[in-house]
Amino acid sequence: MATRTGSRAAPKKTVLITGAAGSLAKRVIARLHGQYNVIAVDFRRRVETDAGIPSYLVELHKRGFEDIFASHKIDAVIHIGRIFAHERTRQQRYNANVIGCKRLLDLCRKYKVGQVIIHSTYYVYGASAYNPALIDEDAPLKASEVTQDLVDSVELESLANIYLWKHPELNITILRPCNVLGPGVRNTMSILLSRSLVPVLIGFSPLMQFLHVDDMTDAMIAAFEQNKPGIYNVAPDDYVPYQEAVAQCGCRKLPVLSIPPSLPKLVASVLNWNAFFPPYLVNYFKYPVILDGRLFRETFSWQPRRSLNDIFTYYRKQKLSAS
Amino acid sequence: MLSLGSLDVKQRIAARLVTADIEALVASIPKPVGSFGYDPWGYNEDSFKLALGAAKRLYDHYFRVTAHGLENIPSEGRVLIVGNHSGQLPMDGVLVGVAAATNPHGPRLARAMIERFFPTVPWLGNFLNALGGVIGDPVNCSKMLDMDEAIIVYPEGIRGSGKLYRKRYQLQRFGNGFMHLAMNHHAPIVPVGIVGCEETMPAVINLAPIAKLLGLPYLPIVPSLLPLPARVYLNFGRPMHFSPAASEAEVTEQVETVKTELRRLMQIGLDERTSLY
Repeated sequence: MATRTGSRAAPKKTVLITGAAGSLAKRVIARLHGQYNVIAVDFRRRVETDAGIPSYLVELHKRGFEDIFASHKIDAVIHIGRIFAHERTRQQRYNANVIGCKRLLDLCRKYKVGQVIIHSTYYVYGASAYNPALIDEDAPLKASEVTQDLVDSVELESLANIYLWKHPELNITILRPCNVLGPGVRNTMSILLSRSLVPVLIGFSPLMQFLHVDDMTDAMIAAFEQNKPGIYNVAPDDYVPYQEAVAQCGCRKLPVLSIPPSLPKLVASVLNWNAFFPPYLVNYFKYPVILDGRLFRETFSWQPRRSLNDIFTYYRKQKLSAS
Repeated sequence: MLSLGSLDVKQRIAARLVTADIEALVASIPKPVGSFGYDPWGYNEDSFKLALGAAKRLYDHYFRVTAHGLENIPSEGRVLIVGNHSGQLPMDGVLVGVAAATNPHGPRLARAMIERFFPTVPWLGNFLNALGGVIGDPVNCSKMLDMDEAIIVYPEGIRGSGKLYRKRYQLQRFGNGFMHLAMNHHAPIVPVGIVGCEETMPAVINLAPIAKLLGLPYLPIVPSLLPLPARVYLNFGRPMHFSPAASEAEVTEQVETVKTELRRLMQIGLDERTSLY
């Protein structure tokens, strides 16, 4: 057997990537395509892909998902797709993000997938006035204390964690990135900074960390290729207060009264700011959640290559070209 | 026009406070910051310069501080500066901070541990962070010591700052947390006896029930809402080194050693003081 595989080039590994319609997944697919057999999956729409990349429209928690595992020999899964709060109701989000992830991990076991990368978020730590800075990976996940709308994020993590320890053969790597920004990114922070008028809480300007989507792509590729299972924060060692970032992105500030604490939440929900300043994330614009990204940087010899200024320049230019 | 005017005033105040001396001092403090001038706890060099400029004036002309033993603060490497706490408002923290930042034997940025409720107050949290203050969380202290920072700790906490005037210069109960940090991170403790801050805001009575209602740690009845211009004496002692203790009882004993040294240093200050104000 050894001589036969040795005489030919090793067969290409097959990688399934979820959330394929998103900008991060698109970049990861582009980077892996060629070297690997890539399969693109999304719940939103069937993604247009390059020739040779099978693309599926499927919901992770629906039955059709298993057919993909049955018809391809999948070696690794990069789970990027998740539903944001502004996309569906809380119930639908829970089903897709938590039940969907459980189903994905069960299928990975059943079809003997050897590696799984889970794209989580720094939101899981929760934004609280008592947060220390440089939060480690083993800090408690307090997001569900802040709001029920982040329960799905925390539960997805707990679930992945259980599988990580119980089924080491899955080689699960959980990545918790800080705010990922850049061209094409449609997460809350990116939609926010693309706007010309942006809410800020009077008297609060928490320190934040930002990562360019290309650097996050590099991080995912590094995690995939080096395969060192575990939980990692992904963040640069550079910091900027929110209101400074808002100014740097060329946004005008819309000051929102911050006291009493329930007021900004009320304003955000009455004015339906769900897509860019959702009521359940108000605390993240009030208190810092600063990650210690050393473990990932050192384990994978990864460093972000784009500066904060590079990131902000994109949003500034975007506004100039629009006007 | 109005905004232009206020900008002008701001710049003029900044120009008066941030003297060439302050610029040179801050430039000589070794402190890594990110591309926008911030560290992970929100410290900002520009805000620090302004605050140091203002606080240095108070230090020299209002509280007329006399400091001895500044050579005991190491010019580099991790250190815990531990003092006796008093005066309702944390003026003692500010003055020790100025003493460290303007130390002729090597200026240090000394980070004060602030109350946990401060970050919930608009502006206050960001303001104190920009000056180098951080909430007194053990994780913060650990990370800072690992990064070889200097930290100011008042192990009495609000028990010390909120005590009444009749209990002046009596050390209140110390927490053991600072000793654990010193032991675990091999950080020396530089004790500082602070005399004079008790007299900046002598409190006759503490309206505890009203304080509780307002969510404040204490609410004293004081003669003046602003700190009185008492003369302040800072006596820094030699660095104290502690090896890991076998039990909590042993930790408490080591804490007692620090308290004894603090009492001695406070007495030096009380003896050299000739007038309160």
